[in-house]
Amino acid sequence: MDGKYRCTSMRTFDSISSDLSAGKTSCEQITQEYLRAVEGGKELNAFLAVFRESALEQAQTVDRRLTAGTAGPLAGTVVAIKDVICVRDEAVTCGSKILQDFRSLYDATVVSRLKQADAVIIGKTNMDEFAMGSSTENSAFGRVKLPLDQSRVPGGSSGGSAVAVAAGMATASLGSDTGGSIRQPAAFTGIVGLKPTYGRVSRYGLVAFASSFDTIGPFALTVKDAARVLHVIAGYDERDSTSAAVPVPEYAGSLDKEVRGVRVGIPREYFEEGLNEEIRAALERKIDLLRAGGVEVKEVSLPYTEYAIATYYILVTAEASSNLARYDGARYGYRARRTGDLLEMYTKSRSEGFGPEVKRRIMLGTYVLSAGYYDAYYRKGQKVRRLIQEDFIRVFQEVDCLVTPTSPTTAFKAGEKVDDPLQMYLSDIYTTSANLAGIPGISIPCGRDRQGLPIGLQILGKHFGEPMILRVADFLETAG
Amino acid sequence: MPVTIEDVEHIAKLARLEFSEEEKEKFTHQLNQILTYMAQLNKIDTSAVEPLSHVIELSNVFRPDVVKPGLTQEKALKNAPAKTEKFFKVPKVIGER
Repeated sequence: MDGKYRCTSMRTFDSISSDLSAGKTSCEQITQEYLRAVEGGKELNAFLAVFRESALEQAQTVDRRLTAGTAGPLAGTVVAIKDVICVRDEAVTCGSKILQDFRSLYDATVVSRLKQADAVIIGKTNMDEFAMGSSTENSAFGRVKLPLDQSRVPGGSSGGSAVAVAAGMATASLGSDTGGSIRQPAAFTGIVGLKPTYGRVSRYGLVAFASSFDTIGPFALTVKDAARVLHVIAGYDERDSTSAAVPVPEYAGSLDKEVRGVRVGIPREYFEEGLNEEIRAALERKIDLLRAGGVEVKEVSLPYTEYAIATYYILVTAEASSNLARYDGARYGYRARRTGDLLEMYTKSRSEGFGPEVKRRIMLGTYVLSAGYYDAYYRKGQKVRRLIQEDFIRVFQEVDCLVTPTSPTTAFKAGEKVDDPLQMYLSDIYTTSANLAGIPGISIPCGRDRQGLPIGLQILGKHFGEPMILRVADFLETAG
Repeated sequence: MPVTIEDVEHIAKLARLEFSEEEKEKFTHQLNQILTYMAQLNKIDTSAVEPLSHVIELSNVFRPDVVKPGLTQEKALKNAPAKTEKFFKVPKVIGER
């Protein structure tokens, strides 16, 4: 990131780690540097809360453990958390007015695992309200700006978490991905973003948007750092009955820049009209590098791809309308003043508390679930979801992973799509399928377009195929 | 099957939301636009397809039926917009008929 936001705190875990073991710095000093970067980058609006005191306190504890030789695997890492994930005693706003005064009563499982691994939690990041959006313009607390060009969006919905890493305000961050909300902002900001297999990471303490789609995953500057964070947060959790009891491999340990013999599929439906030509060319260069590295590259087809967006928006709005029914102003959250009866309290609290995109999705979801339309939309959507998943299962019998663009365009201008919801939804065209099928995906930087804006390359894998997509991503990161 | 303003009003009522006349018109237009896009799914014959509601293979998850501590009353009430010492406080539910 040119100029201002390419600052000294732009560091990978390896460089921090070697400085720590050489005694050149301390966790406290590193945390101070990141806090300065957060302060200096306030205009980007990436953070909703900064935990100055508790971060420094935590850093001192980590320093003591480093001296004693008892530090955890993420000692020296400073992590920002999307404000849809609970950190005990801190606010969790979800970018919404309706939760602006809400304080978490407990740590999300991912947060307690990060703390146990000795990561320092620096603060909470801005996001599209309830993770609904693709540009981080839908926050009740103002939009997040792309560090490279502040008239543009950083992608969404985890725009704050992406910018925190891209602008050197954290070593890594956590986002949530329901339809691309980690991968697309990673692409727009030029960093690495990983959406794990559904069930790989516990959702306990993640405020629900669409429960059968939601996943938590890391942003980082390198593939290895993302792998390290995933290793810490992944695994079965008895508090999330949809978390999978599948063993967690040593993700970072197996990265060796070697891909000989790997079979990579190129799904033709992801390279059709609508894809920006510069992005296509950038991807083709990377695909050539794969071939040169001994990869068997093969064109494949996922015929139901064109139905992904329609299916996705039917099902997620349906799930969202149910999940968001809990915001009624009775037990927590915003309550409208001067309301007459109970029904009026519900209606006024919700109407004043939610922003326009959230209301639009609740309305759509209520419509597709309502009497007379349930079979035509919701049931139909669930059936097509199976067809989309079967596409992937079939293709993964022939290839080990898929390489696609992350987004059809690079970062767009703020305000460009905000009044045209369908256009905004279509920007998720390459990312929603992974959530429909429950498979993992990673976005890695793939050069820049002529305007200097980052391009993202997406690698999709089989269920629990994170080691394979990380391996290919790690190779491409430094190849060429 | 175009959505009318009346449909929007009905859905809003189900969703416990209310809108100005201007918003209702905007929503009617946008919902129609999005639902028309969604209608492309009708091109697919799904008569022999089972709906998919869960993406990974999972069977029922059981745990021993042992009582564990949950939220205390004090904690549960911590985020309440209005409360008494022990209860959430809401407008009167039972009317005087």
